[in-house]
Amino acid sequence: MFDNLTSRLSGVIKTLRGEARLTENNIQEALREVRMALLEADVALPVVKEFIARVKEKAVGKEVIGSLSPGQALVGVVHQEIIALMGGEKADINLSTVPPAVILMAGLQGAGKTTSSGKLAKWLMENKKKKVLLVSCDIYRPAAIHQLGLLASQIGADFFPVQTGQQPKEIASAALSFAKTHFHDVMIVDTAGRLAIDEAMMKEIGELETLLKPIETLFVVDAMQGQDAVNTAKAFAEALPLTGVILTKLDGDSRGGAALSVLHVTGKPIKFAGVAEKLTGLEPFHPDRMASRILGMGDVLGLIEEAQRGVDQREAEKLAKKMKSGKSFDLSDFKMQFQQMKNMGGMSAMMEKLPTQLSQAAQNVKIDDKVIGRTEAIINAMTPQERAKPEILKASRKRRIAAGAGVTVQEVNRLLAQFEQAQKMMKMMSKGGMTKMLRSMKGMLPGMR
Amino acid sequence: MPGFFKSKNSSGNNSVSVESGPESANWTARMRAGLSRTRDNLGKRISGLLGGGKIDETLYEELETILLTADTGVDATNWLLDELRRKVKRNNLTDAAQLKDALQEALITLLEPLAQPLHTDTHKPFVIMLAGVNGAGKTTTIGKLANHFQRQGNTVLLAAGDTFRAAAREQLMAWGERNRVAVVAQESTGQQKADPAAVIFDAVNAAKARGTDIVLADTAGRLATQLHLMEEIKKVKRVIAKAEPGAPHETLLVLDANTGQNAINQVTAFDDALGLTGLIITKLDGTAKGGVIAAIARQRQQKSPLPIRFIGVGEGMDDLRPFVASEFVEALFD
Ligand SMILES: Nc1nc2c(ncn2[C@@H]2O[C@H](COP(=O)(O)OP(=O)(O)OP(=O)(O)O)[C@@H](O)[C@H]2O)c(=O)[nH]1
Ligand SMILES: Nc1nc2c(ncn2[C@@H]2O[C@H](COP(=O)(O)OP(=O)(O)OP(=O)(O)O)[C@@H](O)[C@H]2O)c(=O)[nH]1
Ligand SMILES: [Mg+2]
Ligand SMILES: [Mg+2]
Repeated sequence: MFDNLTSRLSGVIKTLRGEARLTENNIQEALREVRMALLEADVALPVVKEFIARVKEKAVGKEVIGSLSPGQALVGVVHQEIIALMGGEKADINLSTVPPAVILMAGLQGAGKTTSSGKLAKWLMENKKKKVLLVSCDIYRPAAIHQLGLLASQIGADFFPVQTGQQPKEIASAALSFAKTHFHDVMIVDTAGRLAIDEAMMKEIGELETLLKPIETLFVVDAMQGQDAVNTAKAFAEALPLTGVILTKLDGDSRGGAALSVLHVTGKPIKFAGVAEKLTGLEPFHPDRMASRILGMGDVLGLIEEAQRGVDQREAEKLAKKMKSGKSFDLSDFKMQFQQMKNMGGMSAMMEKLPTQLSQAAQNVKIDDKVIGRTEAIINAMTPQERAKPEILKASRKRRIAAGAGVTVQEVNRLLAQFEQAQKMMKMMSKGGMTKMLRSMKGMLPGMR
Repeated sequence: MPGFFKSKNSSGNNSVSVESGPESANWTARMRAGLSRTRDNLGKRISGLLGGGKIDETLYEELETILLTADTGVDATNWLLDELRRKVKRNNLTDAAQLKDALQEALITLLEPLAQPLHTDTHKPFVIMLAGVNGAGKTTTIGKLANHFQRQGNTVLLAAGDTFRAAAREQLMAWGERNRVAVVAQESTGQQKADPAAVIFDAVNAAKARGTDIVLADTAGRLATQLHLMEEIKKVKRVIAKAEPGAPHETLLVLDANTGQNAINQVTAFDDALGLTGLIITKLDGTAKGGVIAAIARQRQQKSPLPIRFIGVGEGMDDLRPFVASEFVEALFD
């Protein structure tokens, strides 16, 4: 049911079944799948290699406890190791210095520095009650200074007025005096996007850092970045004493493996995550959620355990077989799904365990577990023939079913429409696209709006 | 606006800026400069690896590693390696050095179908719409395209279809001034954002009235997960067709070369929404990994290829080049 790592591992898990201990031999194939999953998630290869070595070290010799299969136990180790790599705890922003506390933003072109500057200013004003000055040293990109100025006025932060012809260093030192005389607690300095291999531009930002002595120098990274994240991060970390990372555009469907690459190289914590374009779209970073996202699974272990407790294994297998054999998914299967859902704590509990990006994709979807009960009642009021062949349900049959279940005919119609959607969803699922499925899930299941 | 018209080129910061001349020679030079990092990472390593010796599994494994590191993706990498194995068998190759040629060939075979230049003389006005995720380089690319088409003797009009992001309009207007071309824009007042479809509709009508050759329509960056924004851009496209039947004549997805495997999702999502006719790959001057392109080409191999109309190799007005597969691959292996 989960994409990527878990589905990759499921085959391997089967072959591992029944072994009591993880050994170098029995996890080799599984580790190769982990490697592929991480690469598909854009974790840089050198990082993947080191990571796999560490997981192997931790896993070999580990006993497989209770009902877990060795494969599941390995997923657990992988998950834990990724969280450990991400620093485990979330790291707060450091402002403990003589004001103004200067925050310098750095990163590649288009990573999200200017937007993040605005978001961070808003966050600090609202959450830390700080008086913030926004400063742009981007004299290169057309309208970059104007862009930050507009963001400042949208959030009611102060904005440092730049004179025509001023160079970045001049702007920075003038802004610093301005912030001191105007008693700003925090001064956020936006800079132009630059390539790590652009020596002149890297020198420029190095000089800005020397001049400003920022308490935080934040490296802004696009979550969609690929393998090169490791090289870029290295170059920026060499040119600047980075103190943290802002990971942007997490509202997309990238797996965000770049986060791992950057962490590995810089050793600096991810302090914030950009989760929307709007200025409220900045959140403290959660390592555990990010770990799940990279692996392409929610709280997999938790879900595996719950599934084992709640779901009737035989029923689930029956359904899986049916899907595979291409037999159509009928209303009895539909009902069974709801029962299993109920057993697992309802949709809302299940949704919480999905990977971040999936729950985000489903963010507007509200689930009402009560509706599940009514759905069951409607399906119960049908004859077996009706359940197997919903297309025979004409007006008179619908009236009878509605009366039997104590609902209106409209509700029966709604259920049938939802069933049709679910049928489509099952088709998609058997093709393996979890994200796709969730995207089209809106309005598909009873109680979802 | 301070520093408004100061490009990195004019302030002397940008090290590689080649003025026009014999296009192809320049392009190769630029690609060489721009792709130097890729070469370091991919080409040189392959060349070093394949300097001699015999063909064995370790060699294939190292090749796999190199391709994956370049964002080629698991699927395209496996495919390239399979091609390679077939060639080795078919041609009885025994020397590792021959493997380099074979890999080049396989890459060229994969990428060649994407090298289809854009012809804009089929319609007047020829309407080009640019779409893509946030920060990919859409607006900058429009500035470069305006310059390119003007040099070819066309008249150009820009449409400020990003009414959402702060100063997106001012950014495009600055590019309009640099190029001395008109920009059709509407001011957004406070929370009341101008309608992007209406702005572009007006621009197409203005181009028709003025007899302009080419309309370049900017759109706001959007992620494929933002379903309402994907709906919005579909509407933009429909409304363009109302202003001029058959338009937009070219619907381009702008892709940042830094993007990892998500590039594949981006192509799929924007193609599903808009029916793409081409791609532009930006930022190949920095961290260019030919890999993204190969992954996309591989993904589309069973369908019609999605041509790469141009590549972006810098932030300046002239930093736009056509995509030529053989030169691209050559620069990669240099
Ligand atoms: N969806 C989404 N978009 C974002 C996020 N952060 C930034 N953006 C968008 O990404 C694009 C680029 O953001 P900017 O803040 O201009 O990036 P920058 O790093 O300042 O760019 P340069 O100054 O040109 O280097 C804009 O369209 C932003 O709205 C985010 O977390 N989510
Ligand atoms: N080095 C380099 N930078 C580029 C290239 N193309 C664009 N950029 C830079 O990338 C950043 C983002 O470019 P924009 O044109 O604003 O991107 P966009 O797609 O319009 O962004 P949104 O409208 O915010 O979604 C700017 O700093 C550009 O100068 C390129 O080919 N090379
Ligand atoms: Mg900026
Ligand atoms: Mg733009």
